[in-house]
Formats: sequence, structure tokens, C-alpha cells
Amino acid sequence: MSAQEINNASVLEALAAEFGELIINSDEPYGFLTIEIPAEKNTAIIQWLKEHPTIKMNFLTDLCGVHFPDNKGKEIGVVYHLHSWTNNFRMRIKCFVAAATPEVPTLITLFDAANWMERETFDFYGIQFVGHPDLRRILNMDEMDYHPLLKQYALEDETRDDKDDRFFGR
Amino acid sequence: MVKIVDAPEGVEGHGFFATSLDKVIGMARANSLWPLPFATSCCGIEFMATMGSNYDLGRFGSERLSFSPRQADLLMVMGTIAKKMGPVLKQVYDQMAEPKWVIAVGACASSGGIFDTYSVLQGIDKIIPVDVYVPGCPPRPEQIIEGVMKIQELAKHESLRRRNSDEYKKMLESYNIETI
Repeated sequence: MSAQEINNASVLEALAAEFGELIINSDEPYGFLTIEIPAEKNTAIIQWLKEHPTIKMNFLTDLCGVHFPDNKGKEIGVVYHLHSWTNNFRMRIKCFVAAATPEVPTLITLFDAANWMERETFDFYGIQFVGHPDLRRILNMDEMDYHPLLKQYALEDETRDDKDDRFFGR
Repeated sequence: MVKIVDAPEGVEGHGFFATSLDKVIGMARANSLWPLPFATSCCGIEFMATMGSNYDLGRFGSERLSFSPRQADLLMVMGTIAKKMGPVLKQVYDQMAEPKWVIAVGACASSGGIFDTYSVLQGIDKIIPVDVYVPGCPPRPEQIIEGVMKIQELAKHESLRRRNSDEYKKMLESYNIETI
């Protein structure tokens, strides 16, 4: 299959045929295929995409977290960006879990690159990547006792007392 | 034309010159400060210009950069210091021998600057004592030179006993820095 024959519609069709209801929804913002899947199925679906004979999503471009506090039951998200080098085709996969139990299976079994990216996501969002061999902080200082990009924590440094809140939008 | 520093105040006559030890040592220290550049961001780039031939910090006796804290007199902190970097900076300061001076170059080193955020130290004076603050984002080389000249003034007029005083020890202890 040449590069032209892979496109958003054909990949989505193949995914729907294989996984059916597991593809919770899909969208194409700015022409970028985005699907949502259940968190516990992430390894199965991404492995299928990676090992598919024509789709060949062989590269994990990015893995990151996101926090939507108003999205009850689906507050915490993990977003995967996949890239097929042979087809020059990219797509985005999202999965969401509840803030109370932020557990997502690790992707290390498929991509070694997931190791540090999952550590970073754990560092900032507290997402537990089940099966990760070494899930500890990577960017923030080891003594930090919270996950700073969760929305309930202020972005500003809380130790400052010399700034007038009125001028800093607090 | 080579210009050398003026002799300190003293009594001069045929074949002799008398002055106080403080003044001679102060003059020597002030004109041979060895800086340790702790450069983490754009202020460090301005420092490179300061060391270059256009501005030439060597004119002030500071051309010899010391990349080992053990031989440095002047710690120049230039750039954003993340909280994770804090203990490293403190260790570098600890390893410097007395007498030592610290200059915080730029808004970030002085106060955290625009980075009012959970990961950035809000000024290095939270962890080590600072002698001179240079404002600017980043400051121009002229400003950095002025900061160094202020340090020279401090070195020139510092009492030889200052570093042994209880007041100085108390100040270091307030930063949880061990004193001998």
C-alpha cells in the first residue's frame, strides 16, 4: 500500500472493524485523526496499530497528561501521538480515567520511549502507569509532595508575600 | 596607556610608605576578584559579552574565571534558578573559601523574575546571602560591570575581621550554612 492509500477514513474504518464499540468517539480537528478509547484497552489498540501490516504506527511521538476537573468521572486524560514513518501518517489517541483512580496501563512493552514520558506524566499529573518499572519523578524536585499541573494547585509560587494579588490576577 | 590603581591613603615620605593592612589587602582583593560564573540562561549570554573584548571584565582584574568554586572569590549567579537547582547552588557557595561575595545578575536570580511559578526559586537570596543585585531582564554588560564594581567597593572597604564576627556567623546560620 503506498502512502496515498492511508488516510483518516481508512484507518478509522479499520479500527472500527477490529474494535467496534471500543472506539468511543472520533474527531478530525484540523484534519488530525483523534480517537478516544477506554484506558484499560490502550496497549491492545496501540499494539494493533503498531503491528498492523499496512498502518505501521511505529513511532510514539508524544505521550502526555491532561486534567479536566469538570469532566466528572473522566477528569484525568492521557494523550498519545502516534506516527507511521512508512506512511507519513499521524494520529492522536486519548483515554480518560477518574481522578480518584488515575491508573493507566504502561506502554513500555511497546515503546521504550514511553519510559521517561510516563515518568514525566506521573510527575506532573500523578497518573499511575500500571506495570511501569521505575515510576518516580523526573523533572520536579524529589521532595515535592504534590503533582503541580493538576488544576487544584496554584501555578504561582505560594511562598511569595510581596506581590499584590490585584495586579496578578489571583 | 596602562593605568594602575592608586595607592590607598597613607603616609608617604622619601623611601617609605605606611598605611593600614586592611587597605592594602582590600585593594589587592578588589582588583583581583576571581568570578565563578553560574550561568543558567540569557543573563549568562550577557555575561559572555561582558567578558568579551568590547566590554572586557579583565580591565577590572576579573578576567580569570574560576570554574572551581574552591578558587573563586565572587559567585555570579546569572539566570533562572529552579528549585531543583537550589541545593546545587548552595553546595557551590559552601565550597567557596572565605572571603566570598555573591552577585545576583538579572531579575530571575534576584527575585524569580517573570517566573512566579511553583518550580522556580523566587530569588537566590532564599538560600544564600547576596551582596549585590543587578536588575534587568537581561541586564546589559554595562550593568553587570557596575555590579562587579560595587563588589569591588565592598571588597575594598571590608574590615579584615568582618568574616570572623558574630554578626556574620549569625547571618550565615540564618541561611543554615555551617560555620567553622
